[in-house]
Amino acid sequence: MSLTPLHDAAAVPAVHPTDAGSLGVLLLLVIGLPALGAAVLLLGGRRTDKWGHLLGCATVIGSLVLSLVLFFDLLGKDAGERQLTQDTWTWFTAGSYKVTFDLLYDPLSAVFLLLITGVGSLIHVYSVGYMAHDERRRRFFGYLNLFVAAMLVLVLAGDYVGVFLGWEGVGLASYLLIGFWQHKPSAAAAAKKAFVINRVGDIGLSLGAALIFVTFGSTSFTVVSAASEHAGDGVLTAIGLLLLLAACGKSAQFPLQTWLLDAMEGPTPVSALIHAATMVTAGVYLIVRSNFIFSLTEDARTAVIVVGCITLLMGAIIGCAKDDIKKALAGSTMSQIGYMVLAAGLGPAGYAFAIFHLLTHGAFKANMFLGAGSVMHGMDDDVNMRHYGALQKAMPLTFATFAVGYLAIIGVPPFAGFWSKDKIIESAFADNFVVGLCALVGAGVTAFYMSRLMLLTFFTKKRWEKGVHPHESPNVMTWPLIGLAVLSAAGGLLLVNDWIVDWLTPVVGEHAEEHLSVSPLVMSLIALLVVALGVLVAWVFVGQRDVPREAPVKVSFVTRAARAELYGDAFNEEVIVKPGWSGVRGLAVFDRGFVDGIVEGTAASFAGISSRFRLAQNGFVRSYALALLAGAAMVLLALLAVNFS
Amino acid sequence: MDVTPFIVLSAILFTIGCVGVLTRRNAIVVFMCVELMLNASNLALVTFSRANGNLEGQIAAFFVMVVAAAEVVVGLAIIMTIFRTRRSASVDDASLLKY
Amino acid sequence: MSNDFPWLSVLLFLPLVGAVAVMFLPKEGPLAKQVAFGVSLLTLALGIAIAIDYSPDGGTQFTENVEWIKSFGAHYALGVDGVGLTLVMLTVILAPVVILASWNDGDAGRWSPRAFFAWMLALEGLSIGVFAATDVFLFYVFFEATLIPVYFLVGGYGGPNRARAAVKFLLYSLAGGLIMLASVIGLYVESAKTDGGATYLVSELAKIDFGTDVGRWLFLGFFVAFAIKAPMFPVHTWLPDTTENATPGTSVLLVSVLDKIGTFGMIRFCLELFPEASRWATPVVVVLAVISIVYGALMAIGSDNIPRLIAYTSVSHFGFIVLGIFVMNSQGLSGANLYMFNHGLSTAALFLVTGFLISRRGSALISDFGGVEKVAPVLAGFFLVAGLSSLSLPGLSPFVSEFLVIVGAFVHSKVAAAFAVSGIVLAAIYILLMYQRTMTGPTREEVAGLPDLRPREVLALAPVLVLVVVLGFFPKPLLSIINPSVDHTLSKVDKHDPAPTVAESTPEGAHE
Repeated sequence: MSLTPLHDAAAVPAVHPTDAGSLGVLLLLVIGLPALGAAVLLLGGRRTDKWGHLLGCATVIGSLVLSLVLFFDLLGKDAGERQLTQDTWTWFTAGSYKVTFDLLYDPLSAVFLLLITGVGSLIHVYSVGYMAHDERRRRFFGYLNLFVAAMLVLVLAGDYVGVFLGWEGVGLASYLLIGFWQHKPSAAAAAKKAFVINRVGDIGLSLGAALIFVTFGSTSFTVVSAASEHAGDGVLTAIGLLLLLAACGKSAQFPLQTWLLDAMEGPTPVSALIHAATMVTAGVYLIVRSNFIFSLTEDARTAVIVVGCITLLMGAIIGCAKDDIKKALAGSTMSQIGYMVLAAGLGPAGYAFAIFHLLTHGAFKANMFLGAGSVMHGMDDDVNMRHYGALQKAMPLTFATFAVGYLAIIGVPPFAGFWSKDKIIESAFADNFVVGLCALVGAGVTAFYMSRLMLLTFFTKKRWEKGVHPHESPNVMTWPLIGLAVLSAAGGLLLVNDWIVDWLTPVVGEHAEEHLSVSPLVMSLIALLVVALGVLVAWVFVGQRDVPREAPVKVSFVTRAARAELYGDAFNEEVIVKPGWSGVRGLAVFDRGFVDGIVEGTAASFAGISSRFRLAQNGFVRSYALALLAGAAMVLLALLAVNFS
Repeated sequence: MDVTPFIVLSAILFTIGCVGVLTRRNAIVVFMCVELMLNASNLALVTFSRANGNLEGQIAAFFVMVVAAAEVVVGLAIIMTIFRTRRSASVDDASLLKY
Repeated sequence: MSNDFPWLSVLLFLPLVGAVAVMFLPKEGPLAKQVAFGVSLLTLALGIAIAIDYSPDGGTQFTENVEWIKSFGAHYALGVDGVGLTLVMLTVILAPVVILASWNDGDAGRWSPRAFFAWMLALEGLSIGVFAATDVFLFYVFFEATLIPVYFLVGGYGGPNRARAAVKFLLYSLAGGLIMLASVIGLYVESAKTDGGATYLVSELAKIDFGTDVGRWLFLGFFVAFAIKAPMFPVHTWLPDTTENATPGTSVLLVSVLDKIGTFGMIRFCLELFPEASRWATPVVVVLAVISIVYGALMAIGSDNIPRLIAYTSVSHFGFIVLGIFVMNSQGLSGANLYMFNHGLSTAALFLVTGFLISRRGSALISDFGGVEKVAPVLAGFFLVAGLSSLSLPGLSPFVSEFLVIVGAFVHSKVAAAFAVSGIVLAAIYILLMYQRTMTGPTREEVAGLPDLRPREVLALAPVLVLVVVLGFFPKPLLSIINPSVDHTLSKVDKHDPAPTVAESTPEGAHE
């Protein structure tokens, strides 16, 4: 019955969950609470305006509590029993194809649950203050709840099509929230752009799911993971590449990266939750979740690594040139997700570190986005860092928490980012020198642009607009900042005793030992040196000079390119959008002129011919008589011809 | 019996009537020409009846006469009405029924 | 319910009798509307009763068979299988929705409002007849008869060029119908040659082997008519012209219900009567379907007129349906059948909500709107949900069907699926571009005073959208009656789903 596996690689771990039993109800509730919140807030209308934000927070905090209960329960189980499933109902069947809504709860989902509901709760609370003066705050919380529910579906689904449901659900929430201030044309355009580019990625997920069905006869993780080692190389690579396309769309990886910077049109909590901590990391989740595909296909992994390297450098370069604090952070997000994708592409050696970095990044980047929001709150919603400066006195708490995030992202020990990024750089060098170099250079550039951001915002001289009085934000906004700062500082604890690696082993398989030619300690020192260099450069070029309030125009080509986001948008505009519009206009002419033209032309030619014939009916009796005579003569001639032939 | 002269006469009469219908404008004259054609065909019918020695041609001629009489009644009435309303009996003027 | 009682005939004639009755009511006043609405509700209730009584895998049920024209072998024969019942249900669900939503649309027409509602009821009855007929001759009669109400609905009520649009619709459809008539006559001639004698019963015809050449010619006759009806590229151009000038309610009945006759006919007559010819035509049809998907979507992106835009989206969606039918596997066919129902709902919602919008502003051009969300948030919300269902967002019912069609297409041909799937990106563009340009941005002066949705309008739309959401998560009620019919069709065309590439090598896990 069984064939020999086509692959020699260590057998990938099969997803083989046991029934969740009584915990299953909690799993359903984890999703159900925010979903219910969204339904009440969005359908309830203005009646719920008064207490809408409270309900929104309550549902997510409820989910957090349940996630913690579930997590500790899982922690108490043996490593082999940490995969649980909760049967729900069959979504659809067709022929032999059956897709269910069954949930899968395993160590990977567990950490995601904590990240989503944990960071989600803090950001919900923060939003109470941040959106206090917005008349549509209730709707904002409805959308946020919708997002949390969809994201939870994404990480709990036990089937690629179920993942697709969450995948598009978060896309929808992202669309609604980017365009939340939709009276601004730029926000509406950015929202549409994000959705459409994500849909390009969805092509990958649709076709990937289709190919998985054709190959395995099912799209559930259980079946696919059990059978993946029997599939051919070509098929696995094709599936891997299609899933990579999906990941590129959702995680803003090259070449589908252009939507992320525009997405900063949304309110800042949205940028923190969706476009930094959770949704944009879904691509990384998808790759790690599909480890039973990627572990077996070297080619697809190489593509993943290449995409990760390109994006991490691109994002870092863009981050260097942006004066808009949120866009600088967005470039940084791109870059950091590039690190995660790179790590995920390393295969069994990197999956755990990708997730580790994802978690720490979720904490410190959310922290910094909320910090940026706090700064904007105090600066009358000005986002231009050239109008900031010397804010550390005016906003001490924001400054302190932001600084923790800053130290974490550039990788200063003992903050979280040091541990997670260091591991990725190490593994990258173990895999390939060039890849490692990319990661290392990226770390240096990261140190530069983050230091620049810090200096422009909190140090240097005041460059405030007239009439702006920076002030510290209310408690409801600073408490979440403190919470996230603690997480950013302490996130490295996950690596104690390689806990995160062991924890994820049931999902991603045994951690492959890397073979590094130098000792890890030397590697860390080199990385720290590069980081220090980046900080120094920033100190010299930004900290020691007067910062002009207007961005200088005469700048090098590199700066111009970085400001233009490395011409990603310009490329899309020139190569896809403009020719596309000409094509569509041409097609409209073709449709009217040719396709419909043939039909209308046939009708018109009949009408034309009959209008000619009609002229014979001229009303003169004599011409009718003549026609009669001619007809009679013809009949006569015909008769003669017949009779005498 | 030699039918040739009768047939020739019939043909001549028919041609005259035919040309008259095609060329004349006055409704009355056109009408007369139609009658002439009918009578030409009557002459041919009677001639053949005589030549063949049976009555079928003559019966047909009677039918033609009856139809012609009815036609005169209706036709003249129409022409009179047209003349009354338009003060003209020209068939070319009454060309409203076109296109 | 007793199976001897002619329930389908009652269902069919109830709206027709209602239509006649409405014509005897006073011309003015709301009574005619109320009676028409009541009749449509009664029909809906009866339809639901029939659907409940239907047993999922029992094949064709509620059969009736009375000899009609003996010399032709024509019968008055009715009956529904899963596919037919789905579409009958779609018809009876949408009729009251449309009547409620079009409450005032008949007032400004060439004829009285009561005639408007009478024609709508007539159209409902005739559509039920089309989907329930199990005799080709009877089907043909209903098929052509549906043109009459649509002609009067388009030509009597609606936009400035309605007369021209009505004639174009009528002539286009008649041309298709006449080509089909040739095939219908051909069926008579061919069936007369067999031992059983001339017959038009589908069940009898399905047993006849027409031979390669004859079968292909007859197939073509049917297919061309159905392609025009569906409508597929390149015979789609009547649809945008018609919807541009029809009232929204008419457009709904036309696109959501009547056009399904095309795809329904492809399954019932092309595939089941001429399996060999269908397999022969598959490559060409698949290519045409894929072209329809992309072409319709691109045309929709380029449209500035909202009803035209929706018409083109339907061309794209019908491309998906035809693709699903002709890939001839369970996923594709189930998806296509489900798609017919879901497209009916989502397009109905889209036509109606944009209809409300257009009637408020008095213009159908997208460029005449802007920032409507600010003044009419409920309308914008309904618009967005309807639009999202049209772009097949997971969680809304069209997703399941579109995904199944893509999977089915992929099983059949990877290239076809790859081209077809571009439709999901284009769909996002045409829907969101329309939403962006009408609803978002600064509120334009001309739309500043637009009222939000009225209770009647909410009442008409809400059931459709609720159904879209419920079926998005739980399409089982439909799939459980569709799947047995799909198996039946597949056995007719003698096609079997290919086994998964590696399924045989997975001893454990595969069947959990």
